[in-house]
Amino acid sequence: MPTPTKGPRLGGSPAHERLMLANLATSLFKHGRITTTETKAKRLRPLAERLVTFAKRDDLAARRRVRRVIREKDTFVELFETIAPRYTNRPGGYTRIVKVGPRKGDAAPMAIIELVEELEVAAVNTKTEKRKAAKADVVAALAGDTDDAPAAKAAVAADEAEVTDAETAAEVEAIEAEADEKK
Amino acid sequence: MAVPKRKMSRSNTRSRRAQWKVSAVATVACPQCKSPKLPHGACTVCGTYNGRQVIAV
Repeated sequence: MPTPTKGPRLGGSPAHERLMLANLATSLFKHGRITTTETKAKRLRPLAERLVTFAKRDDLAARRRVRRVIREKDTFVELFETIAPRYTNRPGGYTRIVKVGPRKGDAAPMAIIELVEELEVAAVNTKTEKRKAAKADVVAALAGDTDDAPAAKAAVAADEAEVTDAETAAEVEAIEAEADEKK
Repeated sequence: MAVPKRKMSRSNTRSRRAQWKVSAVATVACPQCKSPKLPHGACTVCGTYNGRQVIAV
C-alpha cells in the first residue's frame, strides 16, 4: 500500500490538486515569496524543495521531471540558472513558512512561503559531517609527509606532525630533567 | 419519523444558547514592539517574526 501524502487534500480531484500545487510552485519560483493559506503552504513546501533538489542535480532526467511541474519556460530557466546555484552548499530546507494570521473575509489562516537566502558558510553541524571531517584529519595525519597526499592535506598533516614532534620533544626533555633530578 | 410533540419554550431555547460562549484569542507580547500578536506568527504591527522583517510595514 502506498504511503498517503502528508497533509490535507486540496481541490475537488487529484488533477485539480496537481494543478494547484504546480501553479503554486511556479508562482513561488517566479516571485521568490508568495502569500497563501497555511494549508496550501504546507502542501507546497515538500514539492518545491524536491524541485529545487532536482534543479541542483541538473541532468536531463531531472530537467524532464521538473518540466512536468514547472511548465512556464521563463520560471523553469530561472529555477535551474539562478535559484539552484544559490543552494549548492545548503543540504535541504530551501523554503521558509511564516504564519501571518487570519484573512479578512473568511478568516482562513494565511502564511508567507518564501525561498530562503543563500547559505554564507557551509555549516558543519551534522554529526556525520563532523565525523567525516575528523576521519579526514586522522587519515591526513597518518599519511604523514608522503608525497601522494593532496597538497592541502599534506600541509595540514605537516603542521600536525610538527606539533606532535614539538610535544614529544618537550615530553622527552621533561623526562630527562626528572631523571637528572633523581640522579 | 420522530418529531417534537411540543414547541420548545423561549426559556429552554435561551438556556441552551446561554452555553454558547466565545473565548478570547490567546496572544503573546511581540518581542520587538511589545504589542499583542498571535503565538507562532508574525507581528502584524511591526511585521517581524523571529527577529526577521517578514511583512513590509
